[in-house]
Amino acid sequence: MKLLYFAWLKTRTGVGEEEVTPPPEVTTVRELLDWIRSRGGGYAEALSDLSVIKVAINQEFARPDDPVSPGDEVALFPPVTGG
Amino acid sequence: MIRVQREDFDLGAELGALTAGNPKVGGLAVFVGLVRDLSGGSEVGAMTLEHYPGMTERMLERIEAEAQERWPLEASLVIHRYGRLEPGDQIVLVATASAHREAAFEACAFLIDWLKTKAPFWKLEETAQGSRWVEARDSDDRAAARWTAPKP
Repeated sequence: MKLLYFAWLKTRTGVGEEEVTPPPEVTTVRELLDWIRSRGGGYAEALSDLSVIKVAINQEFARPDDPVSPGDEVALFPPVTGG
Repeated sequence: MIRVQREDFDLGAELGALTAGNPKVGGLAVFVGLVRDLSGGSEVGAMTLEHYPGMTERMLERIEAEAQERWPLEASLVIHRYGRLEPGDQIVLVATASAHREAAFEACAFLIDWLKTKAPFWKLEETAQGSRWVEARDSDDRAAARWTAPKP
């Protein structure tokens, strides 16, 4: 699974992009975020407040209960501020 | 048409090209977003716009398609820049052309309102106190929500 981090999520995790293999019991967005946070350090800090984190799966906005699969591209970012 | 680019754009040339050769266009509405020098009481020296290549284009194309479905547009153009920008620089252009002004005005407002809440861009401001990520505004969500409210 490919993870992408943008804006302050990239700054706080110290990672822009990484390949990960979460345990098989991680099947939803919510479980994935919990797993990323459990890796500690910058991940725990960046994901301390999940209410300010948006998730996109394969470039489509996703909700906490949406399923995630090993081949997905999953992006984590704060609410958007373009325009 | 949508474009995501680092370079600046020539407003006059873009608008001219958008309506050239189409005499059905009776009205052209334009919104241009510029970098301000003040944000939350702090002076902004510059800002850097980050985006999610791929998803950005996908979302902009979808928003534009929705505008074309909802209003009788002859043409539309969205250009959004990324990278480092300074106060006074152009950030975004939304232009909509229609036979009459009402559709052009409404579609233009819809596009910029939706873009601000759906397109994956983030602004990093440089101030005297250091760099800071701009926070999303509730007022932007409300502006976008008016386009989904049921019509009276």
